[in-house]
Amino acid sequence: MGIREMALMIPLLPLIGFTINIFFGKQLPKSVGSWISTLALIASFGLVVSLWGPIGAEPLGLHLTIGEWFSSSWAHISFSFHIDQLTLIMLSIITGVGSLIHLYSQGYMHDDENQNTFFAYLNLFVFFMLLLVLGSNMLVTFIGWEGVGLCSYLLIGFWYKDHENNDAARKAFIINRIGDLGFLIAIFTCLIQFNTLEYSKINELAGGGMITTGLATMITLCLFFGATGKSAQIPLYTWLPDAMAGPTPVSALIHAATMVTAGIYLVVRLSSLFVLAPISLNLIFAVGVATALIAAIIGLRQNDIKKVLAYSTVSQLGFMFAAVGAGAFSSAIFHLGTHAFFKALLFLGAGSVIHAMSGEQDIRKMGGLTKALPITHFTFLIGTLTIIGFPPFAAFFSKDEILAMAYSKSVWMFFFLALTSVLTAIYMLRLYFLTFSNSFRGTDHQASHLHESPLTITVPLVLLALASMFSGVLGLPEVISDYHWLNSFLAPAIKVQQEGHVSHFFEYCLMGVSVVALIIIFILVRKWCSGEKALQVNNGFWAKAIDNKFYIDEAYDSLITQNFARISKWTNGVLESKLVDGLVNQVSLTTLLSGQTIRRIQSGSTGVYILSMVLGIITLLVFQYLSR
Amino acid sequence: MIPLLQQISLEHYVVLACLLFSVGVTGVLIRKNAIIIFMCVELMLNAVNLLLVAFSAHHHSAGGQTFVFFIMIIAAAEVAVGLAILVMIYRNMHSVDIDKLQNLKW
Repeated sequence: MGIREMALMIPLLPLIGFTINIFFGKQLPKSVGSWISTLALIASFGLVVSLWGPIGAEPLGLHLTIGEWFSSSWAHISFSFHIDQLTLIMLSIITGVGSLIHLYSQGYMHDDENQNTFFAYLNLFVFFMLLLVLGSNMLVTFIGWEGVGLCSYLLIGFWYKDHENNDAARKAFIINRIGDLGFLIAIFTCLIQFNTLEYSKINELAGGGMITTGLATMITLCLFFGATGKSAQIPLYTWLPDAMAGPTPVSALIHAATMVTAGIYLVVRLSSLFVLAPISLNLIFAVGVATALIAAIIGLRQNDIKKVLAYSTVSQLGFMFAAVGAGAFSSAIFHLGTHAFFKALLFLGAGSVIHAMSGEQDIRKMGGLTKALPITHFTFLIGTLTIIGFPPFAAFFSKDEILAMAYSKSVWMFFFLALTSVLTAIYMLRLYFLTFSNSFRGTDHQASHLHESPLTITVPLVLLALASMFSGVLGLPEVISDYHWLNSFLAPAIKVQQEGHVSHFFEYCLMGVSVVALIIIFILVRKWCSGEKALQVNNGFWAKAIDNKFYIDEAYDSLITQNFARISKWTNGVLESKLVDGLVNQVSLTTLLSGQTIRRIQSGSTGVYILSMVLGIITLLVFQYLSR
Repeated sequence: MIPLLQQISLEHYVVLACLLFSVGVTGVLIRKNAIIIFMCVELMLNAVNLLLVAFSAHHHSAGGQTFVFFIMIIAAAEVAVGLAILVMIYRNMHSVDIDKLQNLKW
């Protein structure tokens, strides 16, 4: 099998898995259907790994044209893939983490009657996600972009018998559609202005200075608006916490590791265009920092184990956008990768806890789970230490890099990001201690059911924990090692140079201070969580505001949704039923009435018919004669 | 020498055709018997045919005459259909008087 066929098989295998499961899932036994999907993805992962050798060192990457899609006299759009270093990293994350989550779902969804359908959707999601990152032009990416949105909708509402899940699914879909509008406008603008949608050509034009700042700003702002929808940034982030209504593996795969990072991928993919628009970059920077901070504050007081993780995902995505906004594109990808590992790990750990607690998600009713769930506890601890940036785990390096980059750009933004890091440590440790330490606070019934999860769940946990621990070596900072592997690996794909540089002294300070701060926070949060105060209801003004997520959902509801509903009601009541229906009814009524009147002329007497026919012909002839 | 028919001037043919056509129209309008009306229709048709042939000869073009052949064939077919309709009318109403045909209405 040649390299091209191998590259083609990567997205094709999950598609085959989807086809088998969606059409024959009901007939196949559960274990067969789910294993077909899982093996398809593992094989796909194998293919990705085998592509690292030939493509990793190839500066131009691999271009793969499958066929011409459509063309006009001035633009040719082909259905083609492009695999370069950036794509390789994304492919590895998607298929690698995806395989582990498929494996995990074997255990997690074991009792579900629609298990095969679930795996079909998962496979379809992976297919679209692969399409998104493989596409060599914006339109192929857009198919994937829409496809993952669809799968996200299907999977959030997978347990469709509960109405809240359906609402959450619709919310995610609709908010994503709002963002998609921005992406679409960017696509149209690019097509009109550049006559091409190929990333390589657009980047080339941008790099060659052929694009004016105004045009670049307009396109990049539209793209970023699309990214805020998919990657849950202000103002379109509210769907992600609600999306936790889906099964936990879905939250891990779609709403933590892969789909929500599509926005980052898109921005990094068009990095040459973005650096032409400093206004957009500054906006991205500010939005990223603001999102990171606000989501972290909301995360402080959430009591649903998955909601805390959801807000931390929003916050970490904010970190990535802050990195992009600071011009540190490969740092964003670095954090994207480490985040995929540790956030998937945390979600899967949370899923294991929920599984053991017979569906309970409120951390106030957990506690003392260390003994019953030793593997889950240990891996969750590693995940927590990773996300808060404890050395030497992965996020210590990736977050540190982003903080340093932010510092070189703006001291204020650095301050807010550092504050976010502190808040991250607080809410994650609170989550960890409330869940695992002290004594059990659930019902006796739940206590008797506590059990460690099966191997299909614990094996992915352990593997992800290892990845979270060691993936940091891919991007060791300058002060530790003079070779930043990830930056130099990505250099051919991301043509833009990372700008910011900070002194070694500052880096050492940053590391030292963060370690000391983390240890202090660790001790304080631990003490606080063992006290009574942690579980008490706080009715202070700020506590209430945070509990209610700053009333942003309510504000959107009353400002946009309600007004929209009012407009719809008006158009339905007045425009539709009065104007449109009225017009149509009038036309039919007129026809009916005139018909009833005119039909009397038809007397039925054949003689009269003949006479009128002759008279008619004579009239015609006379008219013709006269009009000569 | 010129054949006898071609010695007659075009005007005569036109007048004759008009007369025949008028006879046909009058017959259609005043007669009650459906068969007679039918015959009158045929008369009008043949008045037109005559006109076509006359003009065709006048212009030394075979087109009009060819056309007339086709009209005749069509007319034959039409007569077959028309007579069939008349037979059916007679069978149903025991009459071919068009004043008794009052059913062709809403």
